[in-house]
Amino acid sequence: MTALPPFQTVLDDHAKAVMAILHGAVGRDGAEDCFQETFLAALRAYPKLEDASNLRGWLLTIAHRKAIDHHRARGRNPVPVAEVAEVAVEDGIPARDEQLWAAVGGLPPKQRAAVALRYGSDLPHSEIAAALGCSPEAARRNLHEGLKRLRKELA
Amino acid sequence: MSTSVDTAIDRFTARAAEEGMLDVAYTRADSPFGPLLLAKTKRGLVRVGLPNQDTDELLVDLAERVSPRVLEAPQALDEARRELDLYFEGKLDSFDLPLDWRLSGGFRQRVLRAINRIPYGQTRSYTEMARKAGNERAVRAAGTACGSNPIPLVVPCHRVLRTGGALGGYGGGLPMKEALLQLEGVLDESPAS
Repeated sequence: MTALPPFQTVLDDHAKAVMAILHGAVGRDGAEDCFQETFLAALRAYPKLEDASNLRGWLLTIAHRKAIDHHRARGRNPVPVAEVAEVAVEDGIPARDEQLWAAVGGLPPKQRAAVALRYGSDLPHSEIAAALGCSPEAARRNLHEGLKRLRKELA
Repeated sequence: MSTSVDTAIDRFTARAAEEGMLDVAYTRADSPFGPLLLAKTKRGLVRVGLPNQDTDELLVDLAERVSPRVLEAPQALDEARRELDLYFEGKLDSFDLPLDWRLSGGFRQRVLRAINRIPYGQTRSYTEMARKAGNERAVRAAGTACGSNPIPLVVPCHRVLRTGGALGGYGGGLPMKEALLQLEGVLDESPAS
């Protein structure tokens, strides 16, 4: 077990990455709120965290959960975004669609995180694996299963 | 974007405090001897790091021994910083800060509590401190307790000298001990030892 570093170190090392990813996932307006929710949840859970070897992945997973909550809370309201994605549809998945995000929110945790990390933040499989604390193969599988389920539900 | 991240971090720290999750708040403070680290818990001041001590190591130690919820929160230490500034200017002879003694246990803590009652501008011997802590023969242990004082300056271990008046030791280095005793009017500008 790695000793937990002072939380300030975690904040200093990863705040920028978390903010950048949230900008991408929920847009400028929601990013600040999600940032607060992410780090408050992290700080709450921190003393009991058992594995400090992948703090970045741990934070990104929390950030994505908060981004999904944010989308869910907004329901069908249009989401103002800083940049409109160039590619609206990728692998048959529309980029920003509330119904879709609600469906994503209903996926099992690992599939949900894999889908959110891939399409919300554009992370490659290797980073999704790091975030989930699993092998790239398992990340790919979770993503695949998640997408399959989404296609079925949204068909 | 870095400005917005900085603002977000400040807001986060404030909210962490509101929600009672600021287990250890710390800041760096200037002093005539160099930068100090000040850290407090909900009970009070728990650690003062002297200029020759490694700040990162002190924070890691606090994370392990007190709580990993360690955050930089300068405002939480405004009062400690204010009193220390006045002390260094020679305008304050008694600190009025709640203290958290948890980093020292048993005999060491008794020695440090006894040291905390030595008035400004006076000195005591290690032997006297050992006696006050309940074991006159544990002079060496009393010296160790001084050396491991987690709250130097505020708990004035610089006021403890060898029997006969030799300076003994100091965690911040002997020149600092001399300068503090000069500030308090105990030593002349050129001390005998």
